[in-house]
Amino acid sequence: MHMNRREFLQLLAVAAASGMALDSKSALAGKAPANFYDVPRHGNVSFLHFTDCHAQLLPVWFREPNVNLGVGSATGKAPHLVGQHLLKQFGIKPGSAEAHAFTYLDFTEAAKVYGKVGGFAHLKTLVDKLRAQRPGALLLDGGDTWQGSATSLWTNAQDMVDACIKLGVNVMTPHWESTFGAERVLEIVNNDFKKAGVDFVAQNVVTNDFGDQVFKPYVMKEMGGVKVAIIGQAFPYTPIANPRHHVPDWSFGIRDDSMQKWVDEARAKGAKLVIVLSHNGMDVDLKMASRVTGIDAIFGGHTHDGVPQPAKVKNAKGITLVTNAGSNGKFLGVMDFDIRGGKVQSYKYRLLPVFSNLLPADPAMEAYIKQARAPHEAKLSEKLAVTDDFLYRRGNFNGTWDQLLVDALMEVKGADAAFSPGFRWGTTLLPGDAITMERLMDQTAITYPQTTLTNMTGETIKTIMEDVADNLFNADPYYQQGGDMVRVGGIEYTIDPNKPIGQRISNMMLKGKPVDAGKTYKVAGWAPVAEGVQGEPVWDVVAGYLRDKKVIKGVKLNTPKIIGVGKKNPGIADYDGSYS
Amino acid sequence: MNALRRNVLKGAAGAGTVAVAVAAGLLKPTQALAAAPRSAFEAKSVGDVLKNMGASAPADSKSITIKAPDIAENGAVVPVEVTSGIAGTSMIAIIAEKNATPLVADFNLSGGAQGYVSTRIKMGQTSLIRAVVTAGGKSYTAAKEVKVTIGGCGG
Repeated sequence: MHMNRREFLQLLAVAAASGMALDSKSALAGKAPANFYDVPRHGNVSFLHFTDCHAQLLPVWFREPNVNLGVGSATGKAPHLVGQHLLKQFGIKPGSAEAHAFTYLDFTEAAKVYGKVGGFAHLKTLVDKLRAQRPGALLLDGGDTWQGSATSLWTNAQDMVDACIKLGVNVMTPHWESTFGAERVLEIVNNDFKKAGVDFVAQNVVTNDFGDQVFKPYVMKEMGGVKVAIIGQAFPYTPIANPRHHVPDWSFGIRDDSMQKWVDEARAKGAKLVIVLSHNGMDVDLKMASRVTGIDAIFGGHTHDGVPQPAKVKNAKGITLVTNAGSNGKFLGVMDFDIRGGKVQSYKYRLLPVFSNLLPADPAMEAYIKQARAPHEAKLSEKLAVTDDFLYRRGNFNGTWDQLLVDALMEVKGADAAFSPGFRWGTTLLPGDAITMERLMDQTAITYPQTTLTNMTGETIKTIMEDVADNLFNADPYYQQGGDMVRVGGIEYTIDPNKPIGQRISNMMLKGKPVDAGKTYKVAGWAPVAEGVQGEPVWDVVAGYLRDKKVIKGVKLNTPKIIGVGKKNPGIADYDGSYS
Repeated sequence: MNALRRNVLKGAAGAGTVAVAVAAGLLKPTQALAAAPRSAFEAKSVGDVLKNMGASAPADSKSITIKAPDIAENGAVVPVEVTSGIAGTSMIAIIAEKNATPLVADFNLSGGAQGYVSTRIKMGQTSLIRAVVTAGGKSYTAAKEVKVTIGGCGG
């Protein structure tokens, strides 16, 4: 469904007039207030922040998770709130446009009412509107911008680089950007970005040999007469979560000691406001904010948490605000500071959903996107199948899109089981939508797409699952990598997220029989982090499967039994499996 | 300057970066000589290592700082820095508790050398990295966990 703004407003009026109840459980308000994007300026220093758009230039659907469990001290606190729990915490009216943006609730029905989200042409209109009211505001790009679509992969990130320059990005920090290789990143930073005046900052990327900074750790800007420092924090575990051979000479890590050093240096040079543009992930940002002093706000991403208001974190010398601005172009964060007398007096923050039906497309950006896509349009639009099912990815343990991927891998490769990485990007499809090559690439467009078929013992399978579970559920955020649990096809299991590594996974069953530690199984997978792995790209394997099936129907989610989290945990709701 | 430094080193007949890093540290070879007996390097358990070093019951110390990654980027070369603020530090040993032979290195510091060593160690699996410091005839210790993970699957 794609309609122009007038049609959309007409539909809303009709829906409202007829008291249209779209779901038996809850009627949707069916109307965003007319002043939805009127955000009066507060104070004198403003930032606009988007993150993790994953190269989605056009509006998309994106469903938020119904399972996003927190562990340790993070249990039950933002961002580990889903559905009604999130609405309650932030005072958002159920059934409203914002409720649709921030939660999975009644997604398919609400999506039809409120339309698609994001898209750079619509985002451009919003950015320009907010900037007009906020002269000198900076636009911050939190990374995971160059990866996630067919066109960004096929243009070696150039479509996104050009789009970001046109959008007016001022400062950026990376994660998936690095999977295009160190040389390509440096080429963009030293040519395209340099020419356009875009600052690429990362205090925690240093050379492996001498520990020299690879990028500028921070930039100083004068905003509204106030000296401001913006420090970059790249994703700390890039060479672990993604292939190390893409960035063989660079070392990452959290490095909060050097973060403290740069904060202190910026303050000594006169910065009255210190901002961190971070790709740590929200739990890591919250911990960092409690340890490093002197940061006014961390604008975060990576974990794709759409958090309506910042968390206020106390540390030895004050309070640091921590935000997270969601993913897939769905949100734009607006932070206004009132800075007087050399310090922050007050702030106002809004995380604005980008409803493409409410924001007319910027003509120049729209034309650019059309032109950038033109050479690829035929390939992108190939219709592989139609889905009768609702296909989404996000969630700690599984999503129907990932189930489709592991089902395809097992069938095509003749495997007993399959693994698919717990990526948090990937768009959503509504029942009845066509699965085009473009939508398949939304789930798979990476620079290391090889599929594999490996003989693994039951013991090895368990070790891998334990390892990944620890990267997600380690009680210490500094050991968390920010992805979701590896998606498992063929093997049912029980998980206790609060246990230590080696003790979380139990009761592993394959076709009704316990997985034998000593027996060998054929396991299919994709996205190998090792160098030199050969294998057919995952999109070709799955495209073949989809062309063969023609209609996708009755995808059966493999939902592990979750124990030890409690029935009332606000990080889980409407779960298809059992939890306690 | 950094580029020059790098080229100079590249010119030095491909010296491995590990060796270079150790060589570029604060220690002169004459200051860094293994203090522990061979038996300590061959010991298979942390208890035996400490016994063979003559440091069986080191006291926990907050004056020892271990700088190492929370998660190793490459288990084959894990950067580890140990700083001892204990006056009269004469020896610093590094133990990777889960390695088959846990004692990785020890450094004998003399002539008022600063209590600081920096090196790269090999780790096969997630383990505590333990530093043992000798000062004034007494032994002190501190530990930090370094995780070695299979990788992949990041957001």
